[in-house]
Amino acid sequence: MNRTVVAALLAVCSSGVAAAPGGRLLATGGASSIEGAAGGGIVPWAVMSGYAARDEWGGTAFATRVDTGDYQLYSYGAALSLGNRVEVSVARQSLDIAALAKAASLTEKTLNQDIYGLKLRLFGDLIYDRMPQVALGAQYKRQRNFLVPSQVGAARDSDTDYYLAASRLYVGAVGGYNLLLNGTLRYSRANETGLLGFGGDRRDSRSLLKEGTAAVLLNPQWVVGVEYREKPDNLSFAGESDWQDVFVGYFPNKQLALVAGWADLGEVATLEAQQGLYLSLQLSY
Amino acid sequence: MFKLLSRALSGCGVVVLTACTSAASYPLPNDSLYQALGGQAGINRVVEGLLYRIADDERIVHHFAHTDILRLQDKLQEQFCVEAGGPCEYTGDSMAEVHAGFAITESDFNALVEDLIAAMTAEGVPVSAQNRLLQRLVPMRGDIIYR
Repeated sequence: MNRTVVAALLAVCSSGVAAAPGGRLLATGGASSIEGAAGGGIVPWAVMSGYAARDEWGGTAFATRVDTGDYQLYSYGAALSLGNRVEVSVARQSLDIAALAKAASLTEKTLNQDIYGLKLRLFGDLIYDRMPQVALGAQYKRQRNFLVPSQVGAARDSDTDYYLAASRLYVGAVGGYNLLLNGTLRYSRANETGLLGFGGDRRDSRSLLKEGTAAVLLNPQWVVGVEYREKPDNLSFAGESDWQDVFVGYFPNKQLALVAGWADLGEVATLEAQQGLYLSLQLSY
Repeated sequence: MFKLLSRALSGCGVVVLTACTSAASYPLPNDSLYQALGGQAGINRVVEGLLYRIADDERIVHHFAHTDILRLQDKLQEQFCVEAGGPCEYTGDSMAEVHAGFAITESDFNALVEDLIAAMTAEGVPVSAQNRLLQRLVPMRGDIIYR
């Protein structure tokens, strides 16, 4: 994956020449998580990216920035969904660690990784069936500059996360407003999602991690919600905090989604109390 | 606040979500939704707006090429009234019967939902009342699509 591909995708989406997005209802493809899968901001959901219903295809391209002052995370990528059944995604993440590099005299100023995702809807539907939508996902991650992670004790530079997600939109459930609940179980040993490698001197086996989202749709275009993501603690040089955020999503139409949030990332690689603004732009095709 | 949040979200895991969620429609205990929709007059305006939107909706209008629109209007008015807890009786055929042979897709169904939401919004129906009516119609989908 490279910038040209993403730029081309963005150009196609924004030009409006591509076929109209598919037949699923507005916002039911979620936003793009920082790892590329359809979901919230930090949690993958069971929904398929974009708006493709059965017998259709579609997808998304996205760009996200999280700025805590000490760190800036940039993530961009794209996803393709087939028949509301399978989602493939790619994402490239770059974490600017200039503040940490200066404090700890590191030679590297960024941490980078690529993520290749696959998600399969097993059964159910976000809105309609008796069962909630349940999906199984895998994310193959490759850390691209492993010097710093290896110096702080990371065991490997690539690995795969597995997750099981269940998502449901409860129509009119909260005072007449639609409620979205998502629960995800992830099996992973990624340090800071993989930007600091996988496994470590403290623990090198995968952990079962709980993630969740609760959101209310104020109307079909506006959604507010909260997310939580449990993290492993594999490296002894620093603690790794669980993540959480509150967000507002705006879906003016099926081509565009904007998400703004406040993310609390806790301690990240020895720097504590990392909080900041989360901004994400998603285009659907 | 985040402590509380994390506990709440950890609790709402996969187990809770996989519990059965939508049961078959049951009669509403009162007519509050009917009133929120503006009574029969409000429902009739929503149905009219819906039919105009369908007529302009190239995604699904072909399904209505041989439909008796006046009868459809009449039956939709009855059905929405009944589903909203109003003082009506639905005299039309079952959802499975009237949609048989049309091969209505998921996307067709959603297109009609979008038209209905637009019609209700145009009539000033509050979002909460819109959702409560949609909630009543959601379980019918299985009898409507791919028949």
